[in-house]
Amino acid sequence: MSAPLAIRLRGITKRYGDITAVDGLDLDVPEGTCVGLLGPNGAGKSTTMKLLTAQAIADSGELEVLGFPLPRESKQARAESGVVPQLDNLDTTLTVAQNLVVFAHLYRVSRRDRPAAVERALELANLVDRRDTRVDKLSGGMRRRLLIARALVHQPRLVLLDEPTVGLDPQVRQELWALISGLRAGGVSILMSTHYIEEAERLCDSVTIMSHGRVVACGAPAALVREHAGSAAVEVYGSPARLAEVEAEANAAGLPTRRTGTSVSVLRIDSGNGSVPDGERRPANLEDVFVLLTGEAIS
Amino acid sequence: MTPPPAEVAVAPTARRPAKRVGRLERSAVGGVLVREIINFSSFWRSSAFSSMVEPTIYMLAFGFGLGALVDTVDGYDYVYFVGTGTVATAVLFSSAFPGMFGTFVKREFQHTYDAILAAPVDSEEIVTAEGLWLAARAGTFGCAPLLVALIFGLPPSWGMLTVPLIAFLAGLGWAFWGIGIGAYLKSIDNFSYVISGVLTPLFLVAGTFFPIDQLPDWAQVLAQFNPLYHCVELVRNAAFGFEGWADLVHVSVLVVFAFVVWRLAIIGMTRRLVT
Repeated sequence: MSAPLAIRLRGITKRYGDITAVDGLDLDVPEGTCVGLLGPNGAGKSTTMKLLTAQAIADSGELEVLGFPLPRESKQARAESGVVPQLDNLDTTLTVAQNLVVFAHLYRVSRRDRPAAVERALELANLVDRRDTRVDKLSGGMRRRLLIARALVHQPRLVLLDEPTVGLDPQVRQELWALISGLRAGGVSILMSTHYIEEAERLCDSVTIMSHGRVVACGAPAALVREHAGSAAVEVYGSPARLAEVEAEANAAGLPTRRTGTSVSVLRIDSGNGSVPDGERRPANLEDVFVLLTGEAIS
Repeated sequence: MTPPPAEVAVAPTARRPAKRVGRLERSAVGGVLVREIINFSSFWRSSAFSSMVEPTIYMLAFGFGLGALVDTVDGYDYVYFVGTGTVATAVLFSSAFPGMFGTFVKREFQHTYDAILAAPVDSEEIVTAEGLWLAARAGTFGCAPLLVALIFGLPPSWGMLTVPLIAFLAGLGWAFWGIGIGAYLKSIDNFSYVISGVLTPLFLVAGTFFPIDQLPDWAQVLAQFNPLYHCVELVRNAAFGFEGWADLVHVSVLVVFAFVVWRLAIIGMTRRLVT
């Protein structure tokens, strides 16, 4: 591995009683890249995030963040990382600026640099004219932007985003994507857990797909699509009986299929195996890979 | 809505020399304290009201209600006896209760501690800072009943100047005690058991409203293990004259109490926050 790693996990296992939340996980985040952690609910994404801030301690395996071994030197690692949690935990009776001031203290920004740090974070989140607004008066989108700004107040080298856009409307989601992509352009390393495929496809240099605590695939989004779903798919609509028939035929010909709600998608139709059923042609996408690999509706 | 800037400046990527970071760092404790102080500015009125008015009402009700029947206790005017005693009540109310409820709410409902732990702060530092801050509040609010008693004619003495320190020390113990209870209990409903089963008896068997030598022997022995009793005695002696070794024992009990519950609260909180 040539590029230095912002995050390096080797064989990480974390159990809660009888449940193995993370099961022998390997994960690399090269410095300056954005890596997406994809997986259905319960795949172990949130546990992985907690392990990276030492709020969960691994049962076995090696874990390094920004070169610091965890959990022993997690405090040094946390000093140079920013965390955007899934749950909004802002201080709601404080103003926007007060929330940032508190975290400038917690992240040990020196007294001299504090006003500039708060100012920069306000600009980053487009909240300059809201600085004196109490958090409980902000819209959901503004709160999420503040949550991100709070994690950036000390100019971290690594940012951990846990489901950054969950529950937000499309406009707000676009805004946040622009913000995250700006961070990456500035050289910050990013690990982002999400179950929005489009988000990962747009923002991430590489994605790691998790299922039941393990990695099931890892690579650049386009490469993963090519490898697992080919370049094109056909969607066939019809009665349940017809769909089952299409599935059986495609599988017999060695083509993978997935259910897409009311239709069946036949993947890898460009591979030249067997006859391709009639239907709507479309490019294969990361969602095909995701569903194929994480096991839902697989045939 | 203008788009955010395309490039965000970052710190240089060269790895900085690793600073040695230890436990209980001043900057971490300080950061949590700053959070508390800024938050307090938004709710200090209600907090000051409940912490000071309630013990003052106790003092006036007992002092004048019961004081009409009882003239002096242990040689002191009953109003002054109760006025000095309810300092400990004010300390308890302004440290143990916010310690229990405040930290529980921050942990379970507001997820504040998850946010703080993502910064370079450990649970040991969270507990320490929360305790110090509540103790500072208890040191201030604890003086309210004494000031009211002074207004009602309690003769001032130099010893009274130590009352804020006594209130701080006792408040530190009760704050850590409350934080520890909040950490060990799973549900906020269970707090009722602790309040009715532990706090209320301790509150009544502390020599606040009547001297403990009126009680059966077993209760007197029990009172010796009640930190609140030692706080009551210290405050009374600060007002009416210190008693040397006896006061040193009272101080020692409060110091040991604060230290033991501090460590226990840290263990409990760490178990909750780090899985």
